[in-house]
This record gives sequence, structure tokens and C-alpha cells, in this order.
Amino acid sequence: MALSIQTQTVRGAEILVEALVREGVEYVFGISGGAVIEICDALYHYKGKIHFVLNRHEQGASHMCDGFIRASGRPAVCMGTSGPGATNLITGIATAQMDSIPLIALTGQVPTYNIGRDAFQETDAFGLTMPIVKHSYAVRNPYDLPRIVREAFHIAWTGRPGPVHIDLPRDVSRTPVDLSQVDFPETVQIRGYKPTIRGHPLMVRQAAELIMQARKPILYIGGGVVASGASQEVRQLAERCQMPVTYTLMAKGGFPDDHPLCTGMPGMHGTVAANFALNFSDLVICVGARFDDRVTGDLKEFAKGAKKVHIDIDPAEIGKNVKPDVPIVGDAKTVLGQLLEIVGPKRHDEWLLQIDEWKREFPLVYERGDKIKPQYVLEVLAKVTRGQAIVVADVGQHQMWAAQYYPCHRPRQFLTTGGLGTMGYAFPAALGAKLACPDQMVVAVVGDGGFQMTMAELATAVVYRIPIKVVIINNLYLGMVKQWQDLFFGGRYSGVELEGIPDFAAIAEAYGAVGMKVTEEDDVERALVRAFEMEDRVVILDIYVDPDEHCYPMIPSGRSVKDIIVHPLLREKAKKELSRLVA
Amino acid sequence: MVSSNGNRPKRLHTLSVLVENRPGVLARIAGLFARRSFNIESLAVSTTDDPQTSRMTIVVGGDDDTIEQITKQLNKLIDVIKVHDHTGEEIVERELALLKVHCTMEQRHYVIQLVEIFRASIVDVGATMLTIEITGSSDKIDALMELLRPFGISEVVRTGKVILSRGEKSP
Repeated sequence: MALSIQTQTVRGAEILVEALVREGVEYVFGISGGAVIEICDALYHYKGKIHFVLNRHEQGASHMCDGFIRASGRPAVCMGTSGPGATNLITGIATAQMDSIPLIALTGQVPTYNIGRDAFQETDAFGLTMPIVKHSYAVRNPYDLPRIVREAFHIAWTGRPGPVHIDLPRDVSRTPVDLSQVDFPETVQIRGYKPTIRGHPLMVRQAAELIMQARKPILYIGGGVVASGASQEVRQLAERCQMPVTYTLMAKGGFPDDHPLCTGMPGMHGTVAANFALNFSDLVICVGARFDDRVTGDLKEFAKGAKKVHIDIDPAEIGKNVKPDVPIVGDAKTVLGQLLEIVGPKRHDEWLLQIDEWKREFPLVYERGDKIKPQYVLEVLAKVTRGQAIVVADVGQHQMWAAQYYPCHRPRQFLTTGGLGTMGYAFPAALGAKLACPDQMVVAVVGDGGFQMTMAELATAVVYRIPIKVVIINNLYLGMVKQWQDLFFGGRYSGVELEGIPDFAAIAEAYGAVGMKVTEEDDVERALVRAFEMEDRVVILDIYVDPDEHCYPMIPSGRSVKDIIVHPLLREKAKKELSRLVA
Repeated sequence: MVSSNGNRPKRLHTLSVLVENRPGVLARIAGLFARRSFNIESLAVSTTDDPQTSRMTIVVGGDDDTIEQITKQLNKLIDVIKVHDHTGEEIVERELALLKVHCTMEQRHYVIQLVEIFRASIVDVGATMLTIEITGSSDKIDALMELLRPFGISEVVRTGKVILSRGEKSP
């Protein structure tokens, strides 16, 4: 079997990298180390075929890899050495697992003859990642590598996607290999892995009947719609049957925010219209979402009067939180296609009028003040980028404001750490997104807390000339926790005051990026325009916002729509409407 | 589980889980049970006639929804080939136990009688102890242990049960 490069030495490491090239991998993100030094050497030989991006922390590498995959739907790999390299990757692997991202994580390991002897930089990486991966491999023989890599990518990218970890001891990557004995398989044979793609026709028919009978249906779409590329089908079904659509954080962009049938995001910080529509519907059609607690709140109270159809490729999701009336195991795009073959046009004029009224009466609102309001920053960002940028949000208040105030219209436009809620995700993930989509504007929206967790990647951004813009919504606090402490803990701040916030603009400049500090509302738009005019520069905008601004609406953790807290301006009206609805 | 009303009956289910005979498989399955707070009552593992396949016999307790979730989560593991719940089926069930029983010379006669009644056997004899081997259903082992308890059981080891479906079919 010939390799795609000329080389004198062929070791396990070359077989590994060759297999990655054959999978279409363009980038390996990671950090070198003793246990991966042969792999680094092989990557040297494969220069031109595959790019090795040297990050500043393995967590940064894992998120950068994740952002590359989410933005593009193309494969990528992250890598760390044994021991601390592996443990540093863990956060990124868990992030990918919770959001079903097909990340491939590669770790070096001490040589097989040292395993179990507490050797230098030894840790049980295989055991550590076991609960946070879709599957994992501990390699023992270099001749197994082509099969393992093929299987790893197949498992990561098919069915419900998810991360796969490969742990590679140094002696395996160092061992010379006889190329005539190596075979790179095209196909895989895994007895225990056969995802169901087509929905059961009987179940699909039952779902269609429920749709035709419903008076107040709603489509509730999740990350599965993005993963399976089902946005067009969602739109066709919504338009044909005149059903409103609500999307989870993971599916933002999967249905256009400016579409008349769009209600916005439901759940803890979702819109009033989406929460009312979902909870007071008579049919919930869940596609590729998992009835997460941040969406449902108290399960006993959730959409009580509604029948439920649950479409998911992962059978274990069906019935896990909510028992559906019609369960359909299958791929979102395929099953929606099956539904579209049999459902006829329908109208729900009265229901849609009601939803429009909710949208009109309970918009997202905030009041301008002396200080810059974070919502204003997001609105201006949307205006300056004409709603076209890839937005990568971290976790916290700014993430929710980004979801609320930045309208998206295409899948893979809004990337965020939905399930794990990983601080430090957005900045490196945005770097990955920009590498994957160099022709698009990419902006990371981060908090002052999260940015400090991975800002060492400024070096990566500058060295590899990845001209993203970073908007720091700087409120000097861990804002979301502060908000909870304001609302539910009598304002007793504990562990939220980020004293010693550095001058982020100066830090950016020190790394060779452009830094701007904005403290006046009048300067926000100008600064953002200037940032995006500098197309080839990394720009960090440190925007000081009102620390006391709260994110509304809010349904407190574990409660139901009945306990929704809206902005003070709308409180009376919401109270009246809720008592009407509950009665 | 939103639709369960809390008074679903909890009972023991016996699952046969066919898995790839690979390092780490047992850890994956044990980890799954721990992570999702499912409780394993007993577990027996061995290879099958195919050396690349192992069979795990897992006894778990829970209501129907819990068992359904356990089955689905097990099926999700790449190394799991097949999961079968034997509840309500015609099955052959066996467990093996070794029991170390204290008894005086005078009592030994009674213990031997019990061993014969249960078709167990004595595998080791000392001045004041007997070690008994018994094979059978878990209930049968429980019954013998109850009868021997008054003499003083000092040590017990049980394999956990293994089962196969009766008749021609191999689910």
C-alpha cells in the first residue's frame, strides 16, 4: 500500500497520519510532547497535506477543533501528549459529547511496557475519557491503525455524532512498519453499531395523522436538525402545515429567525412567545432535540395538554425525559422527508394569530441607561455585520443575549457550548470556525470571565493570522451567577466579583493583535465598524457594559412557564395573560 | 420520567448482553451503570463459543421505564452486540455458590443430610468446618443458606446467575 508522501521511514506514526489524510483531515490542533513526538515528526513529513496548528493549551486545541467541525461539517483532529496533555483535552471532549460533535481526540501514551507503572506523564487517558466519548480505542499494534482510524471517523460521523478518542502508546507510533502488510480499509464492519436512518412507516403515518388533527401544533427543533442537514425539510413542513417553529440553542440558525413562523428559542431564557406556544400547544413535534431541563423546566408541568411526537436518531433519547405518544427513531432529514410525502397542506390561522399577538405583546425589551447595555451591543453587532457573521458564543448572560439579539438565518451560523456550558469555549472555537470558513466574518462573543480561561490562544490567532473579532461583554462579574444571586440569594455575592480584570485591549496589543476598549455607548458602533474593516487583523473589543443588567425572560431552574419572570416593563401584562392561559 | 406516576412495580430483570471480547468492555458497562445510577444486583461474565464474543448476565432492579433506558443505553455502546431481557421467558437459570459452614462433629451429620437433600456436595472438610458447593437457581441457594445459617456460615462466595432461554431459540 503506497503512502501519499515520499518518506524513508515508515512507523506507526506515519500510518496514523496517512490514515488521517485519507479521512480528509486538513488540520490537527494540538501540542507536542514526549509521547507524541513521533506523530509530530510524521506531521512534519506530511506538511502540505495536513496542517499542524500549535495551540497554547490543549483545551484551546480541543475547542478550536470543535469550532472547525461545527462551522464547516468537515473533519478535524485535536491532539495532546500523555498525562497532562490528555487531561487538558478532557473539557473539550466533554463539550463535544454533550453537543454531539464528531471530534476526534488523539492522545499519546507512555510505551506499552511502561503502562501501569506510574511512568513519567502517565495517566489512564482511555479510562478518563470513557464516560464522555461515543467510543474509544487503546491502540496496541501499529497494523491496527488503519482500521481503527476508519472506524473512529465512521462512528464519530454517523448515527448520533459524537467524539471518539484514540490513545496511542509511544512504542506503537515508533515501531517501524512493513508497508506491504498494511491495508487501508474503505468500509467498516462493526457488529454492534447499525444506526437506524429511516423512520418506521407506521410511526411516521401516526405522526402525520396527529399533525393533521392538531389545532395548535408546534415544531420544536434541536441540534439534530443541524447535524443531519434537515433545515430545508423543517421549513417545508412548517410552511405546508402552517406550524410555528421553536428552536433550541443548538438549532439556532436551523430555522431563519426572520421567518414569520419562527417564535425564537424556548426555555429558561427563551422568548415569551416560544414558551407560551410550546407549553400551550396541543401537539409538540420534537425533531433532533432531547427535552433538556433548560427547555422543559419542571417535567410534570411541561406542555401538559400536548401530544408529543419525538423524532431522534438516538433511541436512548426517546422516553428518557418525556414519554412521547409517537416515537420515531431515525435521521431527522430522512424522517421529515417521509412525513412530507404524506402530510397535506393545513392551516392554523387562529393559532398563528395568537402566536403573533404574543410576539407583538411580549417582545425582547431592555431600557437604555447611562451605561452601555449588553443587548445594545449585540443589536449593533448584528447591524454592523448585516446578520451575516458566524457568531460563536461562550456561556452565560452574553450567550443568552447573543441568542436573543443576533438573528441568524442559516445552519452552522451560531456556534455555542449548549450542553456542557464550557467557559473558555468561544474564543478558540471561533478561531477554528474562521480557519474552516475563511471567507466569512467570524465573531466570538465572550464574557470577561470566560475569555480569561483561554485567552492564551491570542498567540495562536496572531501567529496563524486568523482574523476573527472578539467582543468581550465586560461586566466585571461572572454575570449569570451574579444574576441568580441578585434574584434568589438576596444579593449576597459570593465567588462572582472578578477583581483584577486586566486591560484586555493592552493584552491584545501585547500579543500583536488589535485591542480596543469601549466605555461609552456612542463609541460602540464606530468601534465595531472599525474592527470589521480591519479584515486581516485579530481584533479584541473590550466593551464595558452595565453589570446590573439581568437577562430576561427567565424561568427559574426546575420551575415551569407559570413562573416566567419577564422584563419589569412587561410584568403586569404577562401576569394577566398567564392567568388567562392557565384558566 | 414525566409520565410515570411513581407506583410502577420495581422488579428484578435478567439481561443477557453479548459484547465484543475486548479490553475495557467491562469497565464501559460498569461505568454506564454507575454514571446513570442504575444498580447492578449481580453480574457474570465469560466468553462464548466464539472467542471474540463474551456474554454478560446482568441482574438489575427497576421499573419498566428504567429497564428500557438501561437496555437502550447498553445498546448504544459500540462494543455491545445484542441485549436481551429474559423477563417472562422460559429459561434455564443457574448459579454456583461455595459456603464455608462451621459445625461440630455432632452437627456434621445434619449438615450432610441437608447437602444431600439439596444435591449439593462437600468439597472440603476440616475438624470444625465443611465447605459446600451448590449449583442451582438463586432461590435454591438462598434456601440452603437459610437452613445452614443456624450452624454458622463463615464465608460465602456466589458467582451471580447465568441463564439461557429454553428450547431451540437463541435470542
